[in-house]
Amino acid sequence: MNARHGSLLSTARQWARTVRWYLRELTGEAEYDRYCDRHRRHHPHAPVPSRREYEVLRTHHRENHPQSRCC
Amino acid sequence: MSTSALPESAPPTPEGPPSASSRMTPRSILLWTAVALVGALAWGVLALARGEEISAVWLVMAALGSYAIAYRFYARFVARRVLKPDDRRATPAERLEDGVDFQPTDRRVLLGHHFAAIAGAGPLVGPVLAAQMGYLPGTLWIVAGVIFAGAVQDMVVLFLSMRRDGTSLGQMARDEIGRAGGAAALIAVFAIMIILLGVLALVVVNALAHSPWGTFSVAMTIPIALFMGFWLHRIRPGRVVETSLIGVALLLLAIVGGSWVQESSLADTFTLSPTTLVFCLVGYGFVASVLPVWMLLAPRDYLSTFMKIGTIALLAVGVVVAAPVMRADAVSDFASSGAGPVFAGSLFPFLFITIACGALSGFHALVASGTTPKLIQKESQVRMIGYGAMLMESFVAIMALIAAATLEPGLYYAMNAPAGLLGTTAESASHAVAGLGFTISPDQLTQAAKAVEEQTLVARTGGAPTLAVGMSEIFSGVFGGTAMKAFWYHFAIMFEALFILTTVDAGTRVGRFMLQDMLGNVWKPIGRVNWKPGIWLCSGLVVAAWGYFLYTGATDPLGGINQLFPLFGIANQLLAAVALTVCTTVLIKSGRLRWAWVTGIPLTWVVAITFTAGWQKLFSDDPRVGFFAQRERYADGIDAGQVLPPAKTLDDMHTVVTNSTVDGVLIALFLLLVAVVIVNAAVVCVRAVRSPVPLPTTEAPFVESRIDLPEQAAEPLVGARS
Repeated sequence: MNARHGSLLSTARQWARTVRWYLRELTGEAEYDRYCDRHRRHHPHAPVPSRREYEVLRTHHRENHPQSRCC
Repeated sequence: MSTSALPESAPPTPEGPPSASSRMTPRSILLWTAVALVGALAWGVLALARGEEISAVWLVMAALGSYAIAYRFYARFVARRVLKPDDRRATPAERLEDGVDFQPTDRRVLLGHHFAAIAGAGPLVGPVLAAQMGYLPGTLWIVAGVIFAGAVQDMVVLFLSMRRDGTSLGQMARDEIGRAGGAAALIAVFAIMIILLGVLALVVVNALAHSPWGTFSVAMTIPIALFMGFWLHRIRPGRVVETSLIGVALLLLAIVGGSWVQESSLADTFTLSPTTLVFCLVGYGFVASVLPVWMLLAPRDYLSTFMKIGTIALLAVGVVVAAPVMRADAVSDFASSGAGPVFAGSLFPFLFITIACGALSGFHALVASGTTPKLIQKESQVRMIGYGAMLMESFVAIMALIAAATLEPGLYYAMNAPAGLLGTTAESASHAVAGLGFTISPDQLTQAAKAVEEQTLVARTGGAPTLAVGMSEIFSGVFGGTAMKAFWYHFAIMFEALFILTTVDAGTRVGRFMLQDMLGNVWKPIGRVNWKPGIWLCSGLVVAAWGYFLYTGATDPLGGINQLFPLFGIANQLLAAVALTVCTTVLIKSGRLRWAWVTGIPLTWVVAITFTAGWQKLFSDDPRVGFFAQRERYADGIDAGQVLPPAKTLDDMHTVVTNSTVDGVLIALFLLLVAVVIVNAAVVCVRAVRSPVPLPTTEAPFVESRIDLPEQAAEPLVGARS
């Protein structure tokens, strides 16, 4: 009984993680983490921009690269 | 720490060389035979059952069965034999990886991105209007169209653009066809976008006119988006998921709030006429396109994506669980007579014009040659992303068709025939519907409006209200019962308006950049993306252009949707003709004449429908179909001092003359531009066939991919296992 309960719980947890992963990737929320990794690799001695600084860069880029949405 | 790892993420499974896995195992033969049988059974039921009521579930099964077979066999054939993707070849996302524009992305994430970018209000509106010809012709076109034309176009354009480092459709036309073809394609893309924005905005105006509930809840999306923008920018930078969830909760609250507003003294403030709404939308469009993106556009886009995926999933569940029964005829009399009140003209070519998105949509070629090709991780994934996303959009169109065809036909016509025909009261509408050969009593019509808490449902054209009534029937059958009908109706209106406003925001901005680019060739400063007066001027011009069509549509005595929707359909399908021309030319130039039919047949078909429809719109003697015949009829009326119904005054008569002239000239212009592209392409194709050596194409050279070998890869994949 307990074992079944535990496996159900872990399945649910896994589902929740998958959904969270997907939504974070889809909305671009996860981009910052990758940006930091990349930054550390390419510029190991420069400080990594904060999340706030990164978001300013990202919106600036978005400002000049509009994406069409279809009908 | 990398949080992008998916716990049970399967590694990408690049497809091997064609010979390795083309033999099927007995188990998969059995499975695919079963799928084929289920699909065939469903089509059989649809084709043979007459005079009895059919469940919508058969439509769903026929469509899904066909999609599965098409994806497994036809899409695979096109990919492997014709396009020949090579997973050893590095994609631009890998070669040019910069962490911003170019980034190898998990295919499931990219499928979501691409689907969110291509799917909007189009597949929801067209099928609703086309239901006037019965549900069968529409279903057949949506399914066959997507399999052989729409999804093929999306996949091939995506592939070609990917092989050219993500160049746009316009640029590919210029590079592969020539300067004349390229310039014509560029102007066509811009003009078509303007018409598209005008018509979509008209759908919103028609859905919100005289509806305080709808107007309030849609208006609330602006403060909600501003709040989200502020939250994301200032308080919790980058926390998109939590912000979107807050936004969706506020959105639902705004829908509930609309019902209170409708009962309160504020109701008058939110009861707006179509003309007032036009000015609100135009003003909104301008402001949205010059404000910083973080304030309005970006948060609205997140909201729209969440609502899109959630509602479509909900609708699929609703249709299957509620299993509504089709009430419309399988094939109505209007299919052959061409005298339908929703849009004029016979089945060929006008059905294929009316249902664009969902079967074949040229606009997708702009998305497929935009951001998506720069994010693909492996070449073979174009099948899942290009073909697969389009199949999903097609399924949305099938559900919209079901929602419309499960309504009582009397109610459908009372909502969708133009106001000039129906009058303004339930009595006059009931009488007019009887004249069309259907029945609905004034009492039933009043009851139907009351059930969704609207003042009236008479002549609520544009497709959105009809879909909303259909969706409220389906949803209330599954969740909440009749008490929830009004909520679901306004939920559906909000959902469509949200899509359309997102398209209008983004489209105005894209249009502004295109215009700045074009005008920058003439006068340098205007092309600078940071020069404020240039931005304001170009934004103003773009908004004024679509605002003009919106205004004429909202005030057209003959009914704006009736007049403008064919223009929109023809424009969208002509863009598909341009895209398929580019595809076919590249296939021929790259020595694949043998397979050119894969895009050549859909191209021939789309040229046949658009040029036939365009020809009839220009030269038909029937004033309901031909713009110039219509112009002549009303001009003659003016000369004779007569007022011809549905016009009510001589001013109305002048409006009709102006509108039909503008619409007719535009169609002629579109046809001419596309003809230039096609003729230019034909010359290039003939030259390619005759040439002993292959003509140069702009494909990027081969670079070996390192993604399969994680220890050698320079960068981790987006969403990959860490």
